[in-house]
Amino acid sequence: MVSTDQHAEQRALVDATYDERAIVALAWEALGTVPDPEVPVISIVELGIVRGVAFDGGRLRVEVTPTYSGCPATELIETMIRERLAASGLRDVDLVRRLSPSWTTDWLAPEGKAKLVAFGIAPPHRVENRIDVAGIGPLRRTDAVVPCPRCASPRTRLLSQFGSTACKAQYRCEDCREPFDYFKPH
Amino acid sequence: MADAVPPVAMTGDDALLDYLLRLGDSDVVLAQRLGEWVGHGPVLEEDIALTNVGLDLLGQGRMWLTYAGEVEARSCGRGRSEDQLAFLRDGGAYRNLQLVELPNGDFAATMVRQFYFDHMHLSLLRALTGSADARVAEIAAKAVKEVAYHVERSDDWVIRLGDGTSESHMRMQQAVDRLWPYTGEMFAVDAIESALIETGIAADASALREPWLAAIDAVLAEATLTPPTGEWMQGAHGRGGKQGIHTEHLGHLLAELQFLQRAYPGAQW
Repeated sequence: MVSTDQHAEQRALVDATYDERAIVALAWEALGTVPDPEVPVISIVELGIVRGVAFDGGRLRVEVTPTYSGCPATELIETMIRERLAASGLRDVDLVRRLSPSWTTDWLAPEGKAKLVAFGIAPPHRVENRIDVAGIGPLRRTDAVVPCPRCASPRTRLLSQFGSTACKAQYRCEDCREPFDYFKPH
Repeated sequence: MADAVPPVAMTGDDALLDYLLRLGDSDVVLAQRLGEWVGHGPVLEEDIALTNVGLDLLGQGRMWLTYAGEVEARSCGRGRSEDQLAFLRDGGAYRNLQLVELPNGDFAATMVRQFYFDHMHLSLLRALTGSADARVAEIAAKAVKEVAYHVERSDDWVIRLGDGTSESHMRMQQAVDRLWPYTGEMFAVDAIESALIETGIAADASALREPWLAAIDAVLAEATLTPPTGEWMQGAHGRGGKQGIHTEHLGHLLAELQFLQRAYPGAQW
């Protein structure tokens, strides 16, 4: 948490210096404290959806890409970004929603993946180019092993391709019997 | 485009607008149908899954309709927003496939409708990632990853229910047969699409039918279901949903979808 004093200090920095690199660094730092509303243990930076930050002509430009097209958190995240940046003294912000290249779970930061496991969510496998595989998978699929985030057992079973949010699937551990979410490779 | 008469550019945008509505409307209407399952799914996991698929489609529909509004503005100076397009157009102005507006029926009918649509949707989006229109390619590249999961889920259910109990098998076969005549429209190409195929913007839907059939047949075989052979197709000859000709079901769906904005124009959250 950033204290009120620090906020005042940051605002003074923005007003006084207009040092482009310092402001961009400040913006990244601020963005790193905005949590993903649906998986609050990781930040939107660790989630890999902040695609660029630039400061030019007195305005900050932040590029954000949505995770899933229908993600209901997209608008909320944009509001949280504006509020957090404003608290750091960055009020003239252009938020740009960028579609391409489209978000992939391969952009999740390694420390973000560790936080997911600690939170009880199995992190995604690497995607490579899943969608380019000609024809969709073998008919009765044997899924990749998704280890249980609680007891690390490899004996887990897919319950449903869609879980508590569009980005997660539901699994159950056959050893500790606990159900858990799997962050789907995307 | 040398010495083309002025209206050609206009026609290009008009055709693109219509095409974007076709893509977006099928997403929005199917999302609405899937949303009807909220609280009615056979088990909690499926309640969640059906509506998550609907949510993906709604998000994709929003991207297509937003772009449609921008193309409209470019073409005639006044473009509608995604909300205006979704909430304030009457049935005849909707360009969705008839397949997606059909009532949910039982879980078998919902899943077969999804199965037929998903396989077409995946190959259509794959083709559109190579569109000459950069925005179309960009939206398709985003959507195709989501739809790959839809296909997996639909295949799983078709196999599980087809190769399930005698009751589930019977219901699946009925749904497979009953919905079959609505699949032809997905691959029918009219003058509007032809014009856009020529400029590299649209995908040639007619070329997608053979691979679609092969994929469908493989899953149906695994599911011990008999592939339909009927050749007569509803709305496939230039008079279907893509041209604004709909079944009697769309009006009822739109009545529910549009009620709030019709009764309280401009209402916001």
